[in-house]
Amino acid sequence: MGEILSGLFTNYYETVSMILFGIGFTTLLFHKNLLKKIMGLNIMDTAVCLLLAAHGYIEGRKAPIVVDGVTAVEAYINPVPSGLVLTGIVVSVSVTSVMLALTIRLYRRYHTLDIDEISKAVQKEGK
Amino acid sequence: MEFIWNFPLFSIVACLFVGVISSVLGKKAARILSWCLLGAVTAMSGAVLYYTISIGGSFTYMMGHFPAPWGNEVRAGVLEGMVAVLFSVIMLFAVIAGKEYIEHDLPKGKQNLYYSLVALLMSSLLALVYTNDIFTAYVFVEINTIAACGMVMMKNTGRSILAATKYMIMSLIGSGLLLIGITLLYELTGHLLMCDIKEAIDVLVESGQYQEPLTVIIALISVALAIKSALYPFHSWLPDAHGYSTPTSSAVLSGLVTKAYIFLLVKIFFRVIGWEVILQYKITDILFVFGVIGMIMGSVNAIMQKDAKKMIAYSSIAQFGYIYMGLGLGNIGGIIAAVFHMFMHGAVKSMLFISVGGLVEVSDEKTAWSKLTGSGYRNKVAGVAFTAGAIAMIGIPLFGGFISKILFATAAVDNSMVKMVITLLALAVSTMLNAWYFFKAIIRIYTPRGKREKAKKPTWLYVTVMAGFIVLNVFLGVFSDVVIEGIEAGIGMFV
Repeated sequence: MGEILSGLFTNYYETVSMILFGIGFTTLLFHKNLLKKIMGLNIMDTAVCLLLAAHGYIEGRKAPIVVDGVTAVEAYINPVPSGLVLTGIVVSVSVTSVMLALTIRLYRRYHTLDIDEISKAVQKEGK
Repeated sequence: MEFIWNFPLFSIVACLFVGVISSVLGKKAARILSWCLLGAVTAMSGAVLYYTISIGGSFTYMMGHFPAPWGNEVRAGVLEGMVAVLFSVIMLFAVIAGKEYIEHDLPKGKQNLYYSLVALLMSSLLALVYTNDIFTAYVFVEINTIAACGMVMMKNTGRSILAATKYMIMSLIGSGLLLIGITLLYELTGHLLMCDIKEAIDVLVESGQYQEPLTVIIALISVALAIKSALYPFHSWLPDAHGYSTPTSSAVLSGLVTKAYIFLLVKIFFRVIGWEVILQYKITDILFVFGVIGMIMGSVNAIMQKDAKKMIAYSSIAQFGYIYMGLGLGNIGGIIAAVFHMFMHGAVKSMLFISVGGLVEVSDEKTAWSKLTGSGYRNKVAGVAFTAGAIAMIGIPLFGGFISKILFATAAVDNSMVKMVITLLALAVSTMLNAWYFFKAIIRIYTPRGKREKAKKPTWLYVTVMAGFIVLNVFLGVFSDVVIEGIEAGIGMFV
């Protein structure tokens, strides 16, 4: 038990990103408000980015851009995790924009952001 | 390197380009371009399939000539070729047969965007089939989600927008889990290419290190793809998304999009984690249980539906249950049955959705069964196609459904006693329930309303495409030996 606890504190990046992922996940799944759902989605994606970035970083090394002629492998970090973070951000931005567009359309039609109320209104509309 | 090696990449990139170009074209130009594109993609996929069969193996294509650990790869074997051919043929049929519905259902002036989404969806489906890189798979899963969601919301009624929102939320939960699963896998193994990950995992399993993270990863990826392919408890988004969209979208969503995720899961099981490891971690047993529950519950829900399109959507959930049950059986026979059922269901369900669209069209656009009485006389072609699809789904010989049920049963007999009994019972019950609601539907559409019905005159294109659909289904039933041999060879090339 103590071992697990100390592990949680040593690898605090992982701990924090998992907590953030959980917060985002539950918000996206259970919150009624559409805008808060979108915030949950963003928190979830950010948590994964944090995890990737934290794992890709090695203390004392630099971003892999050659300056001052240093070409030793030990001087730089692996660029792939950073590349994955960028891809993740792009994907997250695009799905967020689609969700926002859907939310705007629903709000214009039903004048509320509560998904349960929207469902009721749609049922009543019957089309 | 042969010239044909370029075809998988060509077809993906061509779809992406057409997706972009269609957004600035007129309605008619976009439609013709998309038909030509799908025809070309079908031809290229056919060439890839023919080539892989003739060399009796698979090939790996390096993107931009960067070798393995750095570059991205595309891989095609017999199974990939077969899935690509089937996907492009069904997509082509669904888009051509759905032409009138698209013109009728979608807002004027935005119809070219629908063809743009079709092209983007096709590119993501092909990429999921061909890719050898797990992060690329994730990116195209997201493109697939956005395109599929767009196809649902294009109808622009309150219901379809709400359905698209629900679909999007569930899909994003699935993608989130998939992304974190892939991230953890990358951190554990240090690779993104499927074959490299597998080598690393073999070493890990042999040395007995990191067993818990590996369990978590397998669970995360399986749950993520199960949510996206609507395995029973995660199915809530499916009936609305399939029920309230234009027939082409429904056909493509249930016939292809969900299948692509299942195919990705099969690929991950065999090419990333390794089948032996999967069996060792018992994830198949969990999929088996949910699959069996899904088979029964999907059918029970389908019986209770008063809405025609929703009934077929619930029937899809039951069929996804069959596929997961096949994966869960845990032997190669079960996998072959599952993949064959995937093909069969893709061909049948898209035909059913398109033909129900035709029946609804001649019944004042009402989807309730009570309004569809006698619609088989009003739209004869759609009536025949619906009947053919329904009996194929029930599993009457000459159609594919019969073969896939035999395959499931034989795979179950080779299994442990408990799984065998459960599978056979579930097959029996589910087939009865299927027969119940599909026969009820057939009787309904062929019950005359008293007065003599005026039949709608179909266009020759519609008749041809529907005939093509029926031929495809009969082909899967009559020439099943060839297809099963292909699947077997393809799975052999996975390992």
